[in-house]
Amino acid sequence: MPGNNVRWNMIRFSTVLVYLFLFLPIVAVILLSFNPRQFGGFPIEGVSLRWYAELFHNGTIRRAAHTSLVLGAQTAVIASVLGVLASMALMRFRFRGRNFIGSMLIMPILVPEVVLGVALLLFLRWLSMPRSYPLLLMGHVLITLPFVILVVQARLAGMRTDYEEAARSLGANSIQAFFSITLPLMLPAVLAGMVFAFTISFDDITATLFWKSAGTETIPTEIFAMLRNSISPQINALGTLMIVLTVSLPLLAGVIARGFARGKTQKRVV
Amino acid sequence: MARHRFKPWLMLSPTLVAYLFLLTIPVAFVAVYSFWLGSATRLATRQWTLQNWSSLLADPFYWAILGQTARIALLATLGCVILGYPVAYFLARSRIRNKSFLVLLLLLPFWISYIIRTLSWINILGTDGLVNSLLGGMGLLHAPLQLLYNEVAVIMGLMQYLLPFMILNIYVVLDGLDRNIEASAASLGAPPFRVFLEVTLPLSAPGLAAGALLCFVLGSGTYVTPMILGGPGNAMFAQLIYNTIIVQLDWPMGAAMSMLLLALLTGLVLVYNRFVGLGQVYKSLAV
Repeated sequence: MPGNNVRWNMIRFSTVLVYLFLFLPIVAVILLSFNPRQFGGFPIEGVSLRWYAELFHNGTIRRAAHTSLVLGAQTAVIASVLGVLASMALMRFRFRGRNFIGSMLIMPILVPEVVLGVALLLFLRWLSMPRSYPLLLMGHVLITLPFVILVVQARLAGMRTDYEEAARSLGANSIQAFFSITLPLMLPAVLAGMVFAFTISFDDITATLFWKSAGTETIPTEIFAMLRNSISPQINALGTLMIVLTVSLPLLAGVIARGFARGKTQKRVV
Repeated sequence: MARHRFKPWLMLSPTLVAYLFLLTIPVAFVAVYSFWLGSATRLATRQWTLQNWSSLLADPFYWAILGQTARIALLATLGCVILGYPVAYFLARSRIRNKSFLVLLLLLPFWISYIIRTLSWINILGTDGLVNSLLGGMGLLHAPLQLLYNEVAVIMGLMQYLLPFMILNIYVVLDGLDRNIEASAASLGAPPFRVFLEVTLPLSAPGLAAGALLCFVLGSGTYVTPMILGGPGNAMFAQLIYNTIIVQLDWPMGAAMSMLLLALLTGLVLVYNRFVGLGQVYKSLAV
């Protein structure tokens, strides 16, 4: 309890230690990405953008980045559409089996990615279909869907239905009500789901290793391949870029969502 | 809320179809595959056999790897409980102003790539890493310490990945506790530590259990962490599966192994659900 000095200070101290444990390695990656030392690692010899420059000229990594970004964006869109539809169905309607379906849809989170990877791969093979980009995309949608549904569902649960019901009582049909009332109110949740889906897809490695076709690499699989050979200092630079990307995305989405929501509610104030 | 017959099912259908073809049928497929025979020339012959299962279940090698996997996951989970509980307690009970910033900071690792977080340990534990560089710079070492590619490194890497899950789960429960309960226990004469032991801790048990389940399940299935941070003797089951399928191309055997892992973890989740219930786990994931 705060106030009990010795005990509380111990708790506070261990909290600091744990946060250090979580973030020190990440800070090290960022610091070392600017270290021009030939083989990477400590000690820090200066500040240089050398590794970023080499990264920029690395064609393999640029291709992998392109693949990851496109794949992530497509996954985000598809998973959001499916996820929003499913969440709406679960939260706005009462029907038999609703709770069961709700838990089932979130279940894949607890299935190890290895098993998901093996399952889809073997199924494909039995259909005599080769690995392909569409397969990778569908697999990523499967992996991200449960998270999108979770996030959107949680936000929907907190939303009041008054506005929708008011619109309906004024004569709007359900589609009109959805697009002019529900969707704008839900936008922060939808955006959150999209960003979540993008990040998970961008970051996925284990299942992607099973599903990717021969010439395709995503950033994580490329990093993984680089690690198997030798620890190139470029990896720290690439890691820093990824950190910046995946951290700024949700922040950006949050700002956009808040600005959008504020605009809408100001217009709607009666 | 409207009560419709078809509409919700219509809206659910794309998702359900996706799950059916990408999850349910393929997993059922893996089960079927595990009963086929692997051959040297083709990926499998469609001959029904129990051979894969008999060699899998009878061979002590696989059980040893399974045991090692469970042990590593368990140690990582325990570590997360021990390190994570004080943090969750601090976050829930602290009255500092920037608390939401701290919680946000805790969520930050979720956004940072898993593989980056894992390999970042190489910068700390490696021969050119922070530890060796500091100790060597102080003149305490003859030769760099080999801190990587062992079980401790794997556990540390896993803990860094799993800690936010654990802390969040405990925090969500602790934050929702009625403070009056603890206050009344104290007013009845219990010293602070006893209040914690007999009131707070038992009340936070659902969060602890949810966090532990999540950590153990996620830790058991990990592939990348032992691959990057572990040595040859630290193999975990997911690596074995990958090896069997992708490298050895023994798909039926790999299928059997996948089914075994899935069955064991699903069994654990079902037992957990029977005695505790999964609701708490879902709540924390939605944060």
